[in-house]
Amino acid sequence: MRAVDAIMECLKAEGVDVVFGLPGGANLPTYDAFVDAGIRHVLVRHEAGGGHAAEGYAKATGKVGVAFATSGPGATNVVTPIVDAMMDSVPTVFITGQVRTDLIGTDGFQETDTLGITMPVVKHSFQIRSPLAIPRAIHEAFHIARSGRPGPVVVDIPQDLSRADIDYVPVTDLHLPGYQPTIEGNTKQIRQAAKAMASARRPVIYAGGGVINANASKELFEFATSDRFPVTCTLMGLGGFPAPHPQWLGMLGMHGTRTANYAMDEADLICCIGARFDDRITGKLSEFAPHAKFIHIDVDPAEISKTIPAHIPIVGDCKNVLTKLVREYRALEGVDTTRTDEWWQRIGAWQEKHPLRYEPTTDAEIKPQYMVQALYEATGGDAIVTSDVGQHQMWAAQYYHFAKPRRWINSGGLGTMGFGLPAALGAAVGCPDQTVVCIAGDGSIQMNIQELATCAEDKIPVKVFIMNNGYLGMVRQWQELFWEKRYSHVDMGSYPDFVKLADAYGATGMRLTDKATLVDDMKEALATPGPVVCDVRVTREENTYPMIAPGQAAREMVG
Amino acid sequence: MGEPATKELLSLDDLEAAGNLHSGRKHVLSILVENKFGVLTRVAGLFARRGYNIDTLTVGPTDDEQYSRITLTFDGAMHSVDQVTKQLHKLINVLKIRDLEPDDTVARELALFKVAVEGAQRAEVMQIADIFRGKVVDVTRRSIIVEITGTTDKIAAFERMVRPFGLIEMMRTGEIAISRGRGET
Repeated sequence: MRAVDAIMECLKAEGVDVVFGLPGGANLPTYDAFVDAGIRHVLVRHEAGGGHAAEGYAKATGKVGVAFATSGPGATNVVTPIVDAMMDSVPTVFITGQVRTDLIGTDGFQETDTLGITMPVVKHSFQIRSPLAIPRAIHEAFHIARSGRPGPVVVDIPQDLSRADIDYVPVTDLHLPGYQPTIEGNTKQIRQAAKAMASARRPVIYAGGGVINANASKELFEFATSDRFPVTCTLMGLGGFPAPHPQWLGMLGMHGTRTANYAMDEADLICCIGARFDDRITGKLSEFAPHAKFIHIDVDPAEISKTIPAHIPIVGDCKNVLTKLVREYRALEGVDTTRTDEWWQRIGAWQEKHPLRYEPTTDAEIKPQYMVQALYEATGGDAIVTSDVGQHQMWAAQYYHFAKPRRWINSGGLGTMGFGLPAALGAAVGCPDQTVVCIAGDGSIQMNIQELATCAEDKIPVKVFIMNNGYLGMVRQWQELFWEKRYSHVDMGSYPDFVKLADAYGATGMRLTDKATLVDDMKEALATPGPVVCDVRVTREENTYPMIAPGQAAREMVG
Repeated sequence: MGEPATKELLSLDDLEAAGNLHSGRKHVLSILVENKFGVLTRVAGLFARRGYNIDTLTVGPTDDEQYSRITLTFDGAMHSVDQVTKQLHKLINVLKIRDLEPDDTVARELALFKVAVEGAQRAEVMQIADIFRGKVVDVTRRSIIVEITGTTDKIAAFERMVRPFGLIEMMRTGEIAISRGRGET
């Protein structure tokens, strides 16, 4: 059997039902194998689109996303998705073609040191040096990508080796002596954490993407409701706890709610679950949660005490740890359930005084916040929503109240503009029975707009809603607030005409400009078969508030 | 603090933060890695991108050809040894890391000193080398090369002694270290 046919067998054995990619010289043999393999291949228009599609697929389904690219420029084009997947812990496998072994090191045509370029930004990588090593490398790649803290794994396969004739024997025993992620949380530590939570008078649960990755939202809910623990989630954790719930404080961090940030600021005990005290959460580190002790639960030991020293560190899979934590908490005796009454009064006062708000318009003009609210209404709050990066992303996070996990797909750590459309494509392929919408910015959408062609060709019914303010809005906001309104290269002007562009790409284009009909217009777009692009014209200069200014403490929120 | 096994609840005030402290001393990490292509690059790259400064680094085979040993020293005043070891552990090819305690460790480094000497000075340098249990490995009319093995401190002391004679150049291997006693490093 050719090694490339063995690759296909490996993919099938790993449960892969779709690959996103683009062929080229170095992976011609692999693409030949696709002809008979019976694995769906989605031909993207740019390898970056393929990488982000694999991420969107992985985030929506929880399965490993797979992207193929050729050597050289193909491989460098997937570097951004690889870093993105690393930052947001997305289980992905990238299989790149490489030039023939006799050309390696000679600056051959389309040669690049893919392993070297990606080494700092992968969970792991393999360069194949013998065709016999291919099946094992593929299986190990999938195991590493999906286990422990998930992440991207690169397998770089020279063209000549992929054509070699090998005996394919399914690999069942993986040899990874240096890789044994800790899944089981330490029972003693978990008991300690339960007792600390039972003693806390001002507790907060701060949950992140780790809860989503571990499929632990049910367990999080049970833990939070074992008592009346207030819950806030990071941008990556949204949907991990149902937003319409009395214990929900809203998102925390730079554009989180005042209630969530103030609660962190005054908490005496913070239980961090699958999050990593990112700088967009903590603001000024030295003034972050000054009264709090910390329980930190994470599958990656290196995250614990990285920036904030943990008082009760627990290494383990969030689902495993939370299951035990619920059991331990319920077994405690003498817990005073009224101890948080005062805390809830304080929280209630903040909620009343500082809800998310904006100035509504009196005419037909659409405020960007209202656009998200309208989309929530039009979709019944039950769509998979992807976004790009910028103001629209923050408004989507604030106003689309995610009730379930894996419904909110965005680029958090890396902040990759151009993520939204291909991620939506991948999510729609993975979840064909769900409504998938992409909330994009007029800046971001153009960074991977070519994937509209993929959607049209493959009949992937992604609905794109461009929040069009004609600006690189978040940068404009920072220039307004921190650079004396000296606008420098943020005005995107009025091109392209997104409706015509949609038409050219074989999608349906609509322009939405009237607040009064917006919900109905959106419903019409959602009911239209195939990919749809709505150019939604919103207020040009609107700021995303509230906001912790960079380098400031949470209690100094503005707006 | 209430013991985990008891039913008493905890006093939050008694909780103490763990980890991530700077020790303020030199650390010698002995890292057992898979003997595979690119592993050293992964280790060195990790240090570079996390902003950790390596003081010395040596790599060589072990008694088992599947594995190599990296001995690496860095300043615990600048970086948390806890973070450094945890990040290293995330590398798939890293099997075992030991932060060697100076008292329980035999550490050695090899250095070659090329000193400019003529006439009577040669005898003087040879005498110093003798005191340091060094070996003269090359002599010309106007220079001498001395090989010294020992701890980093000993080599530094020898350097101080011969520098005034005219140190042409010095080469050091960086430390290797092994734990004392019967147990494996």
